[in-house]
Amino acid sequence: MKRSSKIKIRWGFIIFFVPVFLWLLFLLILPHIELLRMSFVGTDFYGKSGFTFENYWSFFKEPIYWRTFARTALYSITVTFLVLVIALPVAFYITKLAGTKIQGFLMILLLVPFWVSELIRVYGWIILLRESGAINYFLTKLHILREPIEMLYNDATMIMGLIYTNMLFMVIPIIGVMESLDDSLIEAAYDLGAKKTAIWAKIIIPYCLPGIMSGSIIVFMLVLGSYLTPKLMGGKNALWFTEQIYNQIITYFNWNQGAAFGFLLLLMSSLIIFVALKITRQKFTKVIK
Amino acid sequence: MKIALSVKNVSKYFGDFKAVDDVSFDVEDGKFFSILGPSGSGKTTLLRMIAGFYTPSEGKIEIQGRDMEGVEPNKRPVNLVFQNLALFPMMNVYENIAFGLKRRGERGKVVREKVEMMLDRVGLPGFENRKINELSGGQKQRVAIARSLVLDPGVLLLDEPLGALDAKLRENMKVELKKLQAKVGTTFVYITHDQSEAMVMSDYVAVMNHGHFEQVNTPQNLYNSPASSFVAQFVGDNNKFIVKIQKDERGNFSAVTKDNLQFRLDKPYDLEGDNIFEMYVRPESIMINPKEDPNKINSIEVEVKAILFDGGNSRILVVPKNSEKEIMVSLPQNRKYDYLRPKDTIKIGWYHSASVCFKGTGERVYEEIE
Repeated sequence: MKRSSKIKIRWGFIIFFVPVFLWLLFLLILPHIELLRMSFVGTDFYGKSGFTFENYWSFFKEPIYWRTFARTALYSITVTFLVLVIALPVAFYITKLAGTKIQGFLMILLLVPFWVSELIRVYGWIILLRESGAINYFLTKLHILREPIEMLYNDATMIMGLIYTNMLFMVIPIIGVMESLDDSLIEAAYDLGAKKTAIWAKIIIPYCLPGIMSGSIIVFMLVLGSYLTPKLMGGKNALWFTEQIYNQIITYFNWNQGAAFGFLLLLMSSLIIFVALKITRQKFTKVIK
Repeated sequence: MKIALSVKNVSKYFGDFKAVDDVSFDVEDGKFFSILGPSGSGKTTLLRMIAGFYTPSEGKIEIQGRDMEGVEPNKRPVNLVFQNLALFPMMNVYENIAFGLKRRGERGKVVREKVEMMLDRVGLPGFENRKINELSGGQKQRVAIARSLVLDPGVLLLDEPLGALDAKLRENMKVELKKLQAKVGTTFVYITHDQSEAMVMSDYVAVMNHGHFEQVNTPQNLYNSPASSFVAQFVGDNNKFIVKIQKDERGNFSAVTKDNLQFRLDKPYDLEGDNIFEMYVRPESIMINPKEDPNKINSIEVEVKAILFDGGNSRILVVPKNSEKEIMVSLPQNRKYDYLRPKDTIKIGWYHSASVCFKGTGERVYEEIE
C-alpha cells in the first residue's frame, strides 16, 4: 500500500518535471552552451578556427561597442525609474482611490494596448509624431508651429516609447502588493503626524518594495532586451545594444562576436539586478513571488 | 477641572443616513471615558471625527480648548489606537514607536530615551529590535498603545483595541489598561461594544444607540439607575417583562404581565395611553426562597427549568407557575443552593425597589425569546 503510493507520487513528479526540463534543456541551456562556446571561437589569419578571447577583447577596443553598452544600461535604468515614478501613483489610484466599478474599467484601459503587437503600437507613435504626422499637422494648422518639426528619432521620444510599452509590467505587480496594504496603516501614519511625503516614503513604498522590485526587474529586462522600439523610434543616432548583436549576427554573419555580446548583456543585467536587490535588501525568491 | 475634549452638538450624515445624531459631551482632563454601544451605533464614526478622518456635518469639536475645524489628523493633539492596531509590519518595535517622534523632527538620543521609557511603561523593556510579526497579540496591543502614548497626546482615542484578543487575555488587558491610564494620566476615550470593558475601566460611560447618547454617567449609576430601556438591556443583564401598569385606590402602582402575574412597584409612573411598559429586574437582585418581609418584596412560585453553571456567574432559569416567561436568577457563590435540580419548585422574590419600568419602545438589543 505504502510503496504503491510512493511510486505514484514519483510518477506525478516526473510527468510535470520532464516537459519543463526538456524545454529548459533544448531551448535554453543547450543553445546557451553553444553560444558560450561560439563566443570563445575565432578564426585566425589563415582561416583556422580556435580558442580566443578576441571577441570579448574587441568589445573593449571599439568605443562604439562599450559606449552603446553603457548607454543601453543607463537608459534602461532611467526608463525603469521613470516607469516606477509613473506606476506608483497609478497603482495607488486604482487600488485605494477608485471605486470598485471604476477599478475594473481602469485595469482594462491598462491592458487594452497589449492586445496589439508592439510593432503596431510603435507605428502608431510614428504616425502621431513624424514630420508629416498627426500632431505636426494640427500644430501647424493651429499656427502654433510655423513649420513641422521632427519629433521622432531622438532619445526623449525613444524613452517615452519604452515607458509606454512597459508600463503595465510595473503597474500589475505593484497593484498586487498595494491591494494587501491595509488602509489603516496609512491612516495610522497620518494620525501619528506624518505628511503625505512621509507616508509615501516611510509606509507605502517600503510596504510595496517586493512588488516594486519584481516590477522593476521585469521592466528592466524588457527594456534592456527590447529591439523594435529603440530601432524604430530612436533612429540612427540612438543605438541600442541589442541592435549591435543583431548587426553582428544578421548583417556581418559574425556569430562569434554576436554570442560574446549576448553574454556580456546577460552578465550586465544579472549584475545590475543583483546590486539593486542588495541595495533594497530584498530576496530574489520573495520578489519573484 | 480642565476639559480635555469637548464635543458640541455633533452630527454626521452619510447621504441620507444619520450616523451620529446631535451628540454633546465633555471629557475632563485625565479621565477614562468610554463610549459603549452595539455595532452600527455610530461610535466609530464619532471617534473618527474626533481624530480628524471625518468632518462633522454639524457641530463643533474642541480639544484642549482649541476648535478642531479644518485641522488635519496629523496636526491634532490626539492619537488613535486602531481596532486592528495598524502596526507597521516593515518596521521593528523601536521604529514603530519612534515613527511619530521622528515626524515631529525629534532626533537622536531624545527619541531613544523616550521609546525606552515608553516600552518600560507598557511592560516590554528590551523589545526594541523585535519584529512586529514576532509579537503575541497582547504585546502588539501594548506596542500600539505605546506608539500613540509616546507622543503625549492631549487625548488618546482607542477603537475597540481589545477586540481581537482571546477572552482570558482581554480580562488581563482590561486591568492593565486601567492601571496604565492611571499611571500616565492621559485622557482616554475608549470605544467598545463590550459592556464589561466599559464598566471595569471607565470613570464615565456614554451609552450610544442609533447615533445618539442614551445616557452618560458613571458605571455604577448606569447599572443602578438606567435612564432608558436600551441602557437597562445593554448595561449588565436584565430580565424583561412586558407589563401593564395599574394604580390602585391607595395610590400604589403595580405591574401586571399578560400571564396575570402582579408585581408591586415603589415608584409612581405617568399613566396615559395604553399603559404598556417594559419592566426590568436584574438576575442578581432576585432572591431564592426569600425570608424578607412579604410586604416589601414581590414573590412568586416558580419551577426550575435549567441550571446554568458558569463558575462565578452561575444562574438558574426558572418559569413561574402557569406562565411561559423565563426568568434568570443569579446563584449566590456560597453553594447554598447546590441541592437545586430541574423541575424543583422554589420561591423567588425581589424588593419592590429592584425593578424599573420604561414606556415600551418595542426595541430589542438582541433577538430574545418572548
